[in-house]
Amino acid sequence: MDSRWLLCSLGHVCGSGYTLSGEQRAALHTSLILLGKNYKFTQVLFWGKVLGLKEDYFIAQGRGDDEMKGKTFLYSFNCMEWHLLPPADDLTVSEVSRAASGRFTGNPSHEYMEPRGEAEGEAKGEAKGEAKGEAEGEAKGEAEGEGEGEASEEEEEAAAEAAEAAAPPIKVTEERRLAVAVHLIDEEASVVPRGAFTRAPHGRVEANRSFQGLSHADAGKLDNFLHFAKPKKVKQFFQELADLDPSIDFLDSLSDDFPKGQWSLQWENGSSVCVIRSLLWLGMTFYHVPMTPQHGHVYMGDGCKNLNMAFML
Amino acid sequence: METQPANQDRNNQRQQAAASFKAFMVSNSTKSNQNLYDHLARLLTKVMDERPQNAVDVIEDLSFRVKRELLADFQGTLRGVPLATAAQLLAEQQRLLFSQVDEVEHDDEQLESQYPDVNEISYYLEQAGVGLGREEMQRIFLALKKLVDSHPLQRCRLWGKILGTESNYIVAEIENREGTEEEEQSPDEAPDEESEPGLPWLKLPAVTPAQINAARCIRKFFTGRLDAPISSYPPFPGLEANYLRAQIARISAGTQVSPLGFYQFAEEEGEDEPEEPSDSYNQNPDFEGVPVSKMAESLSTWVHHVQHILQQGRCSWDKEILSTPPWSTKMSSTLTPQYAVAVLRSNLWPGAHAYACGKKFENVYVGWGLKFAGEGYVQSTPLVVQKDYPSGPDVTEALDASLEEEQALEAAIELKQEELESLEGEEDDEDDYDSLDES
Repeated sequence: MDSRWLLCSLGHVCGSGYTLSGEQRAALHTSLILLGKNYKFTQVLFWGKVLGLKEDYFIAQGRGDDEMKGKTFLYSFNCMEWHLLPPADDLTVSEVSRAASGRFTGNPSHEYMEPRGEAEGEAKGEAKGEAKGEAEGEAKGEAEGEGEGEASEEEEEAAAEAAEAAAPPIKVTEERRLAVAVHLIDEEASVVPRGAFTRAPHGRVEANRSFQGLSHADAGKLDNFLHFAKPKKVKQFFQELADLDPSIDFLDSLSDDFPKGQWSLQWENGSSVCVIRSLLWLGMTFYHVPMTPQHGHVYMGDGCKNLNMAFML
Repeated sequence: METQPANQDRNNQRQQAAASFKAFMVSNSTKSNQNLYDHLARLLTKVMDERPQNAVDVIEDLSFRVKRELLADFQGTLRGVPLATAAQLLAEQQRLLFSQVDEVEHDDEQLESQYPDVNEISYYLEQAGVGLGREEMQRIFLALKKLVDSHPLQRCRLWGKILGTESNYIVAEIENREGTEEEEQSPDEAPDEESEPGLPWLKLPAVTPAQINAARCIRKFFTGRLDAPISSYPPFPGLEANYLRAQIARISAGTQVSPLGFYQFAEEEGEDEPEEPSDSYNQNPDFEGVPVSKMAESLSTWVHHVQHILQQGRCSWDKEILSTPPWSTKMSSTLTPQYAVAVLRSNLWPGAHAYACGKKFENVYVGWGLKFAGEGYVQSTPLVVQKDYPSGPDVTEALDASLEEEQALEAAIELKQEELESLEGEEDDEDDYDSLDES
């Protein structure tokens, strides 16, 4: 949510259970302004909170002139001192998805080791004695490679595992894991109402100054809300309805997400605020006050994707 | 003076060009029945009136807005009927919450029915980073007060809020007064729930052990309708109301904690003052589970490893799931530690919180109503298909005999019987003749 409206927008999203204490709010308000000045951001947003076991991470997002491209993430423990999060490219994403599991601990230098062989999960996830862990991982990998090499069907797997065993196991710090988690959540779960952002003909995405808010009827329909990320589907304008506008509808709509039902749209306080919660990333809350340009989203959760969502709907 | 007519000619030409261009601008567009001239006039009037900053940068937006405003005028006349929006309806209901109760009987009994101190709890929860917003908490507590006033309740507290996909539940835990219902001696806890403050409270049904066990096996979101069926495997015996009650019971059993020494043995019937004054909750808290069936209060310790034994005598330790400790402790503020609140956050049931500050403490749950499942949730496999009873001679069916066969069989039997009777009959006759002769 925009840092300028931090105080009043927190009142809308706290229906999900988590708020900020008065001290944190005051600190955020001050430090986000300073952040914008130091890093020369056009806009600074309070992105949310990732809850760890020992400590929580407060995440802020800074945007440049182009709302979509110039996103930078920063994290802090006490809402005053901010550190830059490394950008998350595809290589980092794949490494993190192999190595990290479980909850965030709260220590940014905590290392996650890629699990090996049968001892996946618990033991390997902790950073005790990295050298010992490496040796165990390699030994197991080699033993499995030999054992499985005899079966003809699993020769490929054995070769891959032997190759993996030869390479050191992937280690990922929690800071990178946090960067990847924040990047994924932002890409998959950040929501904006339709019409709030426009794309100029040369490709730059800007906030729409003429956005007056969705009407009550429109705000009740999920297809008037769009993902604020690079669109994955190319829109075919001449095939779609006539009232699609290429400058507004350049983003994917929420109702196109599969499986259906992963977004929960509710009205709070009667019909004065429309709140959308994600069931895939539990903790992502988006709010919009109809007939006003107020909207925003915040994530307050444990940073883990809800992989069981398909069972739970 | 040749320049004058030349000038005049040029002026005439310019005027003619201007007139024709103006005619071009005034011509209506075929699509929208507006013309450029009027639009530009309106646009420049708007710029004159509003004097926006950097007008040249925003001129396109302004132009768009002018066009849209024109259309909006036409539509405005149609919206004459005031719709009673949902917000207005809810506001009417919530207004009742704020009405003063005129006839308040100040008996001694009335003073016993306590509901918690509104502002205090809301303040502590906000310090802990948990909460529902000040206004909503206020409304919830007023609704609780209304609940307490309307039913004879011993005690009532806010249990928490469970989020659903279509609507949410706000759950309150109540204890009935002893003697008002035919219950056992231990007071009965029964959660009530309502979906928004202001709407009426509905009592949740009591839970059965079978439902608790089934709730352990399934993992489903709540929809927000109490009568929704739960389609899952293994099949849940009941509707969403039962599932909700079962989850509430599990969460209560799993996460109700209090500081050491706050509660004494239930036999002594009293809440003693806690003995610890300090706020240093840095050690691992221990936790005690409570069986669901019947219980007064759950006891636990925060600082020491001592546990209180309850009336039932059942208690269990928290197990770690996937190397995640069961609770996370925090201080709410590091800048002013002497006024900070100790916050306990459950990792087994994400959303369950407890805070303590000196003598006061409270538990609350705000979340989706699901336990932390770690990486994956393996749905239980369906049962093995039962085999048929092995078919043997005693079970195999035989065809029923048809009518002719039965009759033939009967006829054969009758023939045999007649033969036997005729043999016996001759013997009887001879006996009879003998007896007659003798008499």
